[in-house]
Amino acid sequence: MQTADSVSLAKLKSPGRRFGPGKLFLYLLLSFWALTTIYPFFWVILNSFRLKGLIRSDSFSIPFGNSFTLDNYKTAFERVDILSAYKNSMVISTAVTVAVLLLAGLAAYGMARYQFKGRGILYSLVIASMMFPVFSTVIPVFRMMFSWHIVNTDHLFLSQLSVILPQIAGNLSFAMIVLTGFIRSLPIDLEEAAYLEGCSTYQIFFKIILPIAKPSFVTVAIFTFLWSYNDLFTQMFFLRYKDTFTITRLLSEITSIAGVNYGLMAAAVVLVVVPVLAVYVILQKNIIRGLTVGAIKG
Amino acid sequence: MVIFLVPAFLFMGLFLYYPFVMNVYNSFCSIDGLGTAAAGMNQPWYENYKKLFQDPMMATAVKNTLLLMVLTIIFQVGVALLLALMVDHIRAGTQFFRTVYFFPIVISATALGLLFNLIFLYDGGMVNQLLQMLGSTEVIDWKDETHFLFTMTLPVMWQYVGFYFVILVTGLNNISEELYEAAEIDGAGKLQQVRYITLPLLHNVLCTCLILAITGALKVFDLPWVMMGEGIPMNLSWLTGTYMYHQTFTMGDVDYGSAIAIVIVVLGVVIAQAANKIFKEKDY
Repeated sequence: MQTADSVSLAKLKSPGRRFGPGKLFLYLLLSFWALTTIYPFFWVILNSFRLKGLIRSDSFSIPFGNSFTLDNYKTAFERVDILSAYKNSMVISTAVTVAVLLLAGLAAYGMARYQFKGRGILYSLVIASMMFPVFSTVIPVFRMMFSWHIVNTDHLFLSQLSVILPQIAGNLSFAMIVLTGFIRSLPIDLEEAAYLEGCSTYQIFFKIILPIAKPSFVTVAIFTFLWSYNDLFTQMFFLRYKDTFTITRLLSEITSIAGVNYGLMAAAVVLVVVPVLAVYVILQKNIIRGLTVGAIKG
Repeated sequence: MVIFLVPAFLFMGLFLYYPFVMNVYNSFCSIDGLGTAAAGMNQPWYENYKKLFQDPMMATAVKNTLLLMVLTIIFQVGVALLLALMVDHIRAGTQFFRTVYFFPIVISATALGLLFNLIFLYDGGMVNQLLQMLGSTEVIDWKDETHFLFTMTLPVMWQYVGFYFVILVTGLNNISEELYEAAEIDGAGKLQQVRYITLPLLHNVLCTCLILAITGALKVFDLPWVMMGEGIPMNLSWLTGTYMYHQTFTMGDVDYGSAIAIVIVVLGVVIAQAANKIFKEKDY
């Protein structure tokens, strides 16, 4: 944030240039790319309100009058159990986010504030774990959890747990890298003062570190939540029964449910995208800032 | 102090490091099904690895993944660099472009896959309707043998341009404005400024993008899976990730799936190291 402010200041100070044809060209090109990212979503929202028969012949006009319909959404809620899928997604992603914040937060504090033998090795282990993709761990994890009887069961809570556990592990390293970097950059004076006042280490963590480091915790929370919500591979691997499906998992089956009902498909896409879109618009500053911190430092 | 670290590392040990080691071991074993223990070593122990080299679909998967990697580097990072340079030269609306370009990344690739299925639909999809309006009489099957690579890779690249864009814009913001002013006084034109100031100073950030693009290409799964399913057309569109899932789940060849996963890791480490060597980070 600071850099962005100082740059805009610097740009204000630099001699102003006039708005010539060159600038116009830049804006045209930039707007073109913006159009490619916005228009597809606009298009699918439009078509989710269109009579399903018209989508394949007249998909560009604005659905109005006779061609406007809410049937696609009605079908979506009737034929597909979207609400319970939302609920499953929320339970899983919230649990993953809370667990990641707690585990990674504590570990990051330990890594940032204590000198001990092997810290360098531990840190490289964290970095290295970002190199192995989920493909390379998922089979043994499946087998391990199978022996605990929590996969291949239609028990709702257990199958949620079977997605939650690997997803926590998958997000820990990113969270630890971002949080360690942030906590290390905080001045240590406050903690020393608190320690002298007689605060325990836990009090220091929960009463001082957590409030100050809140922005980076928020970023990590958003990213973990989105990753967990969107991550199809893990959900496909561990969720086998219809009742346990999350919204992303359900969506991956929608083609076989909808067949050639493209109106239903469009509605389903909109129903999955809209909550994320809302979150993104509200929190986009945190999201983008957090990403750059993570990517540059990682 | 130990108590701070133990939970997280215990977790990673149990769900990342241990399974990773097990997976290496599994790839030499014979496993009858997901969730069952290895029935013993393969005869010979490297059987799966021999099979990798004889499996034409594996060759396709590796070829496609490498192609995707190259395309990712050229187009994702390339387009992102162009956009970032352009945004760096304007004043109004930078925040808007940033928000809009980044937006596809937060959307689930599953939803995007379905969206692009509608866009590239053979019978009355968005693109074919558009072509028809422009007077084309030929209806293109975007998932046939000549078009599937384009149809599969375009959405993947489109989705992540914004990711590299944001990283590059941050890198550009860290370059001091004074350098440009000095160059301008010395009579350097806009393009020269980009060539002799921006690009060299952006070298390290570009390296980061390169590594991220390489490892990212190996992790792609959701979009191709939703769009191309079981390797359509005719087993031509496999990527290493989707092929690993196919062998493990559809074919039930769990140990072979493990071996494919090892290939994915090895490819990632080797190519990322090589790229790091070639485009070494420099200090300025």
